[in-house]
Amino acid sequence: MRTPRKNISLAALCLVTVGLHLLTAATGTQYYLTQLTMAAYYGLVVIGLGVLMGYAGQISIGHAGFFAIGGYLAAALTTRNLEPFRDAPLVRGLDSLGLLAAGQDIYGAALLTVTPWAACLLAVSLAGLVALVIGVPVLKLRGHYLAMATLGFGTIVYRIFLASPYFGEADGIAEVPAFPLLPALGGFGPVVVSGGAEHRVLNFYVAWGVLILGMALLLNLIGSRVGRALRSLHSSEEAAEASGIATARCKLQVFVLSAVYAALAGVLLTHFNGGIGPSEASVMKSVRYVALVAVGGMTNLWGTLIMGVGLTFLSLRGVFGAHDDVVFGAILIAVMLFTPEGMLSLRLKEWARRLIPGARS
Amino acid sequence: MSLDLFFQYLFAGITYGSIYAIVAIGFNIIYTTTGIINFAQGEFVMLGGMIAISLLEYLPLGYAIAAAVLITMAIGALIEMLFIRWLESPSVLRMIIITIGISILLRESALHIWGESIRSLPYFYGNEITTFNLGSVHISPQVVWVIVACAVMMAGLSVFFRSTPIGREMRACAANRTAALLCGINTRNMVTLSFMLSAGIGALAGCVMSPITYTQYDSGTSLAIKGFTVAILGGLGNSLAAVAAGILLGIIEAFSVSVVPLAFQDAIAIAILLLILFVKPHGIFGSSEAARLKDF
Repeated sequence: MRTPRKNISLAALCLVTVGLHLLTAATGTQYYLTQLTMAAYYGLVVIGLGVLMGYAGQISIGHAGFFAIGGYLAAALTTRNLEPFRDAPLVRGLDSLGLLAAGQDIYGAALLTVTPWAACLLAVSLAGLVALVIGVPVLKLRGHYLAMATLGFGTIVYRIFLASPYFGEADGIAEVPAFPLLPALGGFGPVVVSGGAEHRVLNFYVAWGVLILGMALLLNLIGSRVGRALRSLHSSEEAAEASGIATARCKLQVFVLSAVYAALAGVLLTHFNGGIGPSEASVMKSVRYVALVAVGGMTNLWGTLIMGVGLTFLSLRGVFGAHDDVVFGAILIAVMLFTPEGMLSLRLKEWARRLIPGARS
Repeated sequence: MSLDLFFQYLFAGITYGSIYAIVAIGFNIIYTTTGIINFAQGEFVMLGGMIAISLLEYLPLGYAIAAAVLITMAIGALIEMLFIRWLESPSVLRMIIITIGISILLRESALHIWGESIRSLPYFYGNEITTFNLGSVHISPQVVWVIVACAVMMAGLSVFFRSTPIGREMRACAANRTAALLCGINTRNMVTLSFMLSAGIGALAGCVMSPITYTQYDSGTSLAIKGFTVAILGGLGNSLAAVAAGILLGIIEAFSVSVVPLAFQDAIAIAILLLILFVKPHGIFGSSEAARLKDF
């Protein structure tokens, strides 16, 4: 039996991950790993959005909102002190479930916060719930209306985080603790998501591992019956509906899934960076995610992954300097004008064949 | 709330509402001729204000504004020719993304040219504290300027679309592009013209509102969202209803200040937008049957 092509690609991605690590180690540029880690988390948002835009055909200019809901909630729950509310029934309930962690702040005062695991689950499920609630009415809209509605959703989330003292207003939330994913086991140390230099290599593998897992899940989804239903939805919603596909449910499921991807990326990146600010929720971020999906090719998940991680990495390294947003705007226009199917759809092979008349592939 | 305060809020609402209405009409003009929602509409307003402020160093106020409007119209035409004119029946998703890209480019160019500082034109008559009294209500003369300018623009556009040959050709193009083409109308030029027109009225609105609301490189986005809210509220393509809807939104916003914190003011307009989209996407003044025929 032949191994499916996607498994080979996923294995190749694993090799690339190890290769990147070895390359940075060999060239003494291990500081690149920090940006590669962040790029992988942003990549997770982008591939989730890629399935929504490319396969379900629904645009969302509000995905930074979901990312921020995940990141902000994880940050707030793990840093905001619940000690003064210790006697409130809700806090006591959480405590009895073992979801709270007691500690001391830098001044030695008692600190009671939600554990990172509980905060992560809460944040991601809340983002999913929000997606479910707003998805029902929003996904009935199409085209311009859908774009404007999601843009409006993103803006509201941004305003709320920017205006609430609980979420730190314009300063955001800092000093978010590390996220112990797994305790120490046998000869291995604990697996921790944090920005410390000693955890750099570990975090690189955690981030890329999450990305590869996420990718595998999406590839399986696309290959399944649901994936075929989604593709039919993209080309003609009426035809899909007529063939007995529950279009509304399909769209909603993918919307929620992509929101969960964005929120999870938000949670992990916030723990890695040790903080989050309101710019993560801004419209510009949402537009950037859309740009990355567009560049990669709407129905090309691998292209989306490569472009998403690659361009984000360059942006984080500061290659585009002060023109960061301009570059993404220009990319967006150029791709949509010249290659609406994505940059990687350019028939490179055909071009090469034309350039070298004798060559045949 | 005292009666005086009520009228004070009411006038503030009408002022902002007229500006929203103008932005909404800008959306409508382009939408009816091309079926495109121009996400860069708010940037035209910002550009109008910014260019006028810069020209003020060399020209008297009136000429600076006129020049700013003309320059913004030229920019609008240029954008249409560069990015939109030569596309063969592009999909809606593609057009959305392209106009969003344009809005980013305009905004970032403005950031590089004018920086992050908040600027404004001087008051056209008197200064910040000049008021005249209407009964016991104090009104700034600039408010009158805004309302009059918006009313004149409305009347001018109405005359233009009804009575001039070019206006009629544009309406024909909006009604049925193929038929207009068969009648010998150059529909491509009409599209360019609609971009110029919508850029021009946006720029003029940006100039008259600048003394009150100030102008900053990123002031376009929230205006665009509100303008779009108003355009939808009135039913896309219906300019007269857009005026009513604009003033309605302006008044709702003005009165909401007394209830919710200022930081959430933008959120109110957007919440209204979402509500309308969910409940009655063809607008409170629009008919659902007409909406079904449109291509969103």
